[in-house]
Amino acid sequence: MRGFSFSRLMLWVGFAFIYLPMLILVIYSFNGSRLVTVWGGWSVKWYVGLLDNTQLMNAVMRSLEIACYTAIAAVILGTLAAFVLTRVTRFKGRTMFGGLVTAPLVMPEVITGLSLLLLFVAMAQLIGWPAERGILTIWIAHTTFCTAYVSVVVSSRLRELDLSIEEAAMDLGAKPLKVFFLITIPMIAPSLAAGGMMSFALSLDDLVLASFVSGPGSTTLPMEVFSAVRLGVKPEINAIASLILLSVSLMTFIIWFFARRAEHRRKKAIQQAMEETTGIREQQGPDSRRDPSQVHATA
Amino acid sequence: MNISRSISRRMPKGRHFVIGVPFVWLFMFFLLPFIIVLKISFAEADVAIPPYTEIYAWAEQQLSIVINLSNYIFLSEDDLYLAAYLGSLQMAFFSTLLCLLIGYPMAYAIARADKDMQMVFLLLIMMPTWTAILIRVYAWMGILSSNGLLNSFLLSIGLIDDPIRILNTNVAVYIGIVYSYLPFMVLPLYANLVKHDQSLLEAAADLGSSTYNSFWKITVPLSKNGIIAGCMLVFIPVVGEFVIPELLGGPETLMIGKVLWQEFFNNRDWPVASALAVVMLAILIIPIILFNRNQAKEMEGRA
Repeated sequence: MRGFSFSRLMLWVGFAFIYLPMLILVIYSFNGSRLVTVWGGWSVKWYVGLLDNTQLMNAVMRSLEIACYTAIAAVILGTLAAFVLTRVTRFKGRTMFGGLVTAPLVMPEVITGLSLLLLFVAMAQLIGWPAERGILTIWIAHTTFCTAYVSVVVSSRLRELDLSIEEAAMDLGAKPLKVFFLITIPMIAPSLAAGGMMSFALSLDDLVLASFVSGPGSTTLPMEVFSAVRLGVKPEINAIASLILLSVSLMTFIIWFFARRAEHRRKKAIQQAMEETTGIREQQGPDSRRDPSQVHATA
Repeated sequence: MNISRSISRRMPKGRHFVIGVPFVWLFMFFLLPFIIVLKISFAEADVAIPPYTEIYAWAEQQLSIVINLSNYIFLSEDDLYLAAYLGSLQMAFFSTLLCLLIGYPMAYAIARADKDMQMVFLLLIMMPTWTAILIRVYAWMGILSSNGLLNSFLLSIGLIDDPIRILNTNVAVYIGIVYSYLPFMVLPLYANLVKHDQSLLEAAADLGSSTYNSFWKITVPLSKNGIIAGCMLVFIPVVGEFVIPELLGGPETLMIGKVLWQEFFNNRDWPVASALAVVMLAILIIPIILFNRNQAKEMEGRA
């Protein structure tokens, strides 16, 4: 199959395109020379230097704090929104609700940032809140756009769920709230974790929104990095960038590890259940349909 | 009265709560701000805190609303703004096309890989989106600069005699945008392609259709929704992109996100920045509605 091998080739070229620049960045962060283009031997002095930079360290702590709050709020709001979009089929203003949930995914950041700042300024004038812009306003901004990402991730999981389990619980007399916390939440837990981590990372990365809605004295890490980067490539920035890359890849690896383990467990449980009820229930759904493609891929 | 009890006893209340909380939040912090932007785009810049005039006044039992169109007239009279809008649209169009051309084969390959590898490939695609766009763009600054790695490499193999200028040109901006937005093209395409029923292709092959023919007649039309989602996820944000043109672009790079940023932060002209945002939104409203419709279909799972 010619088309197949061409797409495989493109995949590897694409991965090289995505990962080579990052790899080069990490290698150069260990460059001993102050001149970023000249190789001056291996050194970790830029990493050590970071620790003495209190301004940068403060920004790191502030960004981590905001990212934590954002992840929690976005998971709660995003799950509610996803639940509404997948389960509550009919209510007044549903189209508008759907639009409000998904539009932040694509809205250019300069527009969202500017509009939120103007809202905060108008509110401060009108009701005196928020009195000053800082961590709180950045958190609100980040939560708003992370909610959209969480709701996409969670709703795709909610759609896959077997409704009959929840219905069975309801038939047996469980109240909706109880069903939600005891049955729905545990079943969608992996996607909640994924959404939370995604929000954490998105919040930690954001430059544009934070620049608009932050106040004096609440500089976040990306804002610090940006003001340094504007002046050109610097070895200290290479070091901090490498650290961020490292932590993100570590997080990705953890997600992959747990997702794979959960998948294996699920398969085992299904297999066990099938063995116990042989002949009663047949496996159905998309899995059986996917078999031919797997034959192709391994052939 | 116990709140949780009343929620569980009477479902409509719980339903209102579930719908209401995200709705109020998004209304407050996503929709309402646009109305304020629209309002301030009709105001005049002022040396005050905040730096604009109020558009309505209540005096002698008369409510006077002054709609000041001078910001919009100013935008239409200065060629810079028109050029910036056109520049942004052109940049967004061609980078979306490039992302589609590179991303489609990648998504196709992932969707046809075996299940365990799919997971690994997907994470490899997703990981960069969790890394600051700033850092990914910064990595290219070191590579593309005139004494950077790419030029040293080209010089050493003798392909060029003098370093070529790539950083601070539109070429660098294209590279940066395609690099940063490629995952957003691949992910929705993959999500679509992986659902395709393989038996359709087999049936076509049995009936004598070539692989090439089946690809264009079956796979591509079936992946229409994925293509729309991917293209919109790239096109719309790129129109307003600020970080990439600021760091990789040069004087020739005119993009509206950068112009808006300068009006706001450097000139402190909030009304003109608001007017720029309103016009940008007006340009993007059709693609955004298209995206939302498509997304709504996906979210409901076309039950």
